[in-house]
Amino acid sequence: MAMLEVKNLSISFGGLKAVDDFSVTIEKGQLYGLIGPNGAGKTTVFNLLTGVYRPDTGSIFLDGQNITGKKTIEINQSGIARTFQNIRLFKELNVLDNVKAGLHNHYKYSTIEGIFRLPGYYKVEKQMDERALELLKVFDLDGEWDYKASNLPYGKQRKLEIARALATGPKFLLLDEPAAGMNPNETAELMETIRFVRDNFDMTILLIEHDMKLVSGICEKLTVLNFGQVLTQGETSEVLNDKRVITAYLGE
Amino acid sequence: MSFLSYLINGISLGSIYAIIALGYTMVYGIARMLNFAHGDIIMVGGFAIFTVVSTMGLPPLLGILVAVVICTVLGVTIERVAYRPLRGVSSLAVLITAIGVSYLLQNVALLIFGSNARQFTSVVTLPNLKLADGALTISSVTIVTIVSCIAIMAALTSFINKTKIGQAMLAVSEDNGAATLMGIDVNRTIAITFAIGSALAAVAGALLCSTYPSLTPYTGSMPGIKAFVAAVFGGIGSIPGALIGGILLGVIENLSKAYISSQLSDAIVFSVLIIVLLVRPTGILGRKINEKV
Amino acid sequence: MNKNKVRMQNGITYGIVAGCWILVQIMDKTGHMTSLLRGILVPLCMYSILAISLNLTVGILGELSLGHAGFMCVGAFSGAFFTKCMENVLPNLQLRFFLAILIGAVVAGICGILIGIPVLRLKGDYLAIVTLAFGEIIKNLINVMYIGLDKGGFHFSIKDTMSLGMDETGVVIIKGAQGITGTPKASTFLIATVLLLITLFIVLNLIHSRTGRAIMSIRDNRIAAESIGINITKYKLMAFSISAALAGVAGVLYAHNLSTLAATPKNFGYNMSIMILVFVVLGGLGNIRGSMIAAVVLTLLPELLRGLNDYRMLIYAVVLIVMMLFNSSPKAIEMRSVLLERFRKKKDTAAKEAS
Repeated sequence: MAMLEVKNLSISFGGLKAVDDFSVTIEKGQLYGLIGPNGAGKTTVFNLLTGVYRPDTGSIFLDGQNITGKKTIEINQSGIARTFQNIRLFKELNVLDNVKAGLHNHYKYSTIEGIFRLPGYYKVEKQMDERALELLKVFDLDGEWDYKASNLPYGKQRKLEIARALATGPKFLLLDEPAAGMNPNETAELMETIRFVRDNFDMTILLIEHDMKLVSGICEKLTVLNFGQVLTQGETSEVLNDKRVITAYLGE
Repeated sequence: MSFLSYLINGISLGSIYAIIALGYTMVYGIARMLNFAHGDIIMVGGFAIFTVVSTMGLPPLLGILVAVVICTVLGVTIERVAYRPLRGVSSLAVLITAIGVSYLLQNVALLIFGSNARQFTSVVTLPNLKLADGALTISSVTIVTIVSCIAIMAALTSFINKTKIGQAMLAVSEDNGAATLMGIDVNRTIAITFAIGSALAAVAGALLCSTYPSLTPYTGSMPGIKAFVAAVFGGIGSIPGALIGGILLGVIENLSKAYISSQLSDAIVFSVLIIVLLVRPTGILGRKINEKV
Repeated sequence: MNKNKVRMQNGITYGIVAGCWILVQIMDKTGHMTSLLRGILVPLCMYSILAISLNLTVGILGELSLGHAGFMCVGAFSGAFFTKCMENVLPNLQLRFFLAILIGAVVAGICGILIGIPVLRLKGDYLAIVTLAFGEIIKNLINVMYIGLDKGGFHFSIKDTMSLGMDETGVVIIKGAQGITGTPKASTFLIATVLLLITLFIVLNLIHSRTGRAIMSIRDNRIAAESIGINITKYKLMAFSISAALAGVAGVLYAHNLSTLAATPKNFGYNMSIMILVFVVLGGLGNIRGSMIAAVVLTLLPELLRGLNDYRMLIYAVVLIVMMLFNSSPKAIEMRSVLLERFRKKKDTAAKEAS
């Protein structure tokens, strides 16, 4: 069974079709790329998949479960986690707490236990600390666990966002321009990390990216969006050599 | 007949709220701040007229003129000294500063004029209007208030739509970063907005004190809050919204005072506000704001 | 991990409260206590509780509320109502007062939930004005409320005492705008201090727990919080109602510190809500200890300036404006850092010369 099965997804804003008849099938364990020129509707697809917007038509199935029209938090609990194009960290919290916030639905104790510092509090907090540090280690952020999130350099903020998303225990990860603003070295390192996450966390990943080196380097399949519509989809090498794709990016 | 008279008085009270609400709404639209001290400018205007007319014995029109000048200068000064240094900082910081300014104005007035209520002589000296063989009396203040409100609205709307400064104000309220790039002097535009708002507050002060002729340092406080409610009611940032909100508020307040309970009238006004906001979270004429993800 | 740091910081906060209590005891014993100061001890604790609880809404949850005095009002009246009703049933004042505090907290907390459900969907300034409106409505409603008790049970009216229709055994408990008279004076500095410590305990522990993290994540980025599966409505409501309940406790304390309780614009109006907000902002958003210190300093300041009589509120206003400008204006912040830098350099060169 496919991890994600999207059929005929459409949404319009004030008469403008932002996403028009979008369909895609992503197999379990795949590293899938969503590319296209600016304004093609890539982030809108992410917002539809995560329930930020409700689609006008179409259906979304995650691992066989219908999640069409569900709320963001329900979709997260069904197993989709994401990062954002314009980084959205919990700025005033420290790095560790950002990840621990992601663990919220997996490590529980009640508010009363928290306020009165009952044994449950100490036990679960300790487990959370351990798990969060494990995740931070993957992204080489464990040394900065007590930094305020907003004090991290840009590249590390992007990584922290991925760590936080992973903390929610997803099956399917959406990365919105993970390499934006990174230098070539950082990007190369990020590619390694994304592969590592896929292999070690048993993850299926869909990413939006403009950096073609990253896309051709790690994505197995691609979908190209243009003006809200699917221009083409298929194996990465084929898609990138497609004339229509080049035209879409560079113009006639 | 009595209903008609309550209604007309309500519209008149609402007109005063609307004039005050204009100040709130324009400042909010342009500087994105709640100017809590706006209500106290009304009080300053009231005392200015009181001093000129009752103490010096000069004509009321001169009093209004003096009040407008004083309030305008005061409004611009407050903006320059207390609000401008905080531009771009969290809106909460500006809100607290505005509260500080409000305390300051009240206490200066307290020092000069004391806490006893002063009897304010109406600035309107025209005879009252008697209709239907004397069954319905409309006081001249009421008529003057409603007429001034309409005149101010018309003047302000055409000022904003027809003049360069008005257009600059629209631009700044839309996007002050972009306005700066277009060569608009944002600081100057905001200062002008404060000047207009404060001048209107002076007029509102004259009308308010003529309708309710008792003047204390706290006179502006509650009408200020209610006018702010009216601005939110109509959709903060919108000029016609301020008019609709103000009039509605005045009418609801007066009718509930007359027919339900004078003690509960404020509660009723505030309840209607809450209901309106729950149905239309940005007010009657407010624009919907979508957060971009 | 960072637990130790947090624990130390919290310890300092509790220590300050305990230290102040001891200081007051010493002053009392050595005869340095003025009646003015004695009278202000309970209010100091009360304002601190109010500021701390409002900080939970404004600083930790990040939602602007201008109706905090309304919750205080609910707490005050429900608590005082209870102590009055139970006068004959429960003669032990201490016990009655203790129960009254719980009741005040619960009723105010429930009010917080009831108001929070519709209102917390609104944002920013809109939320501020709606909470202000609610505060005024609560005050207004209590002012027209008449409740009496006779052997047939409770009687309720919104008109006057006569329309309660009680028999000859009837006692009016809440008398409209005159409120409740003859509340027992049960608030002592000791009880107030203990309540302050409990408030601190609840709020500080809440912040540094799973719930607190969820609340702060909503403040920092609502959309991201939703994307990681945090239930926004639930945690907003929780923070808001806990904040309301603690304000209710402060209200009960207030009600039992005076012999008559009436809802006036001065004690439960929006001006009070604003004053509490001033404590919170000056003390630092999210800074619980700061709220407490700001509440104490800003309550003491006008009292200490009492000698200046008419000028004291004027000075207060100026201090408020100057402090805000000094704290928040980008220019002032830059100037401060430049001065600090210069100061450091001087120190460095002085140290070098000395060595």
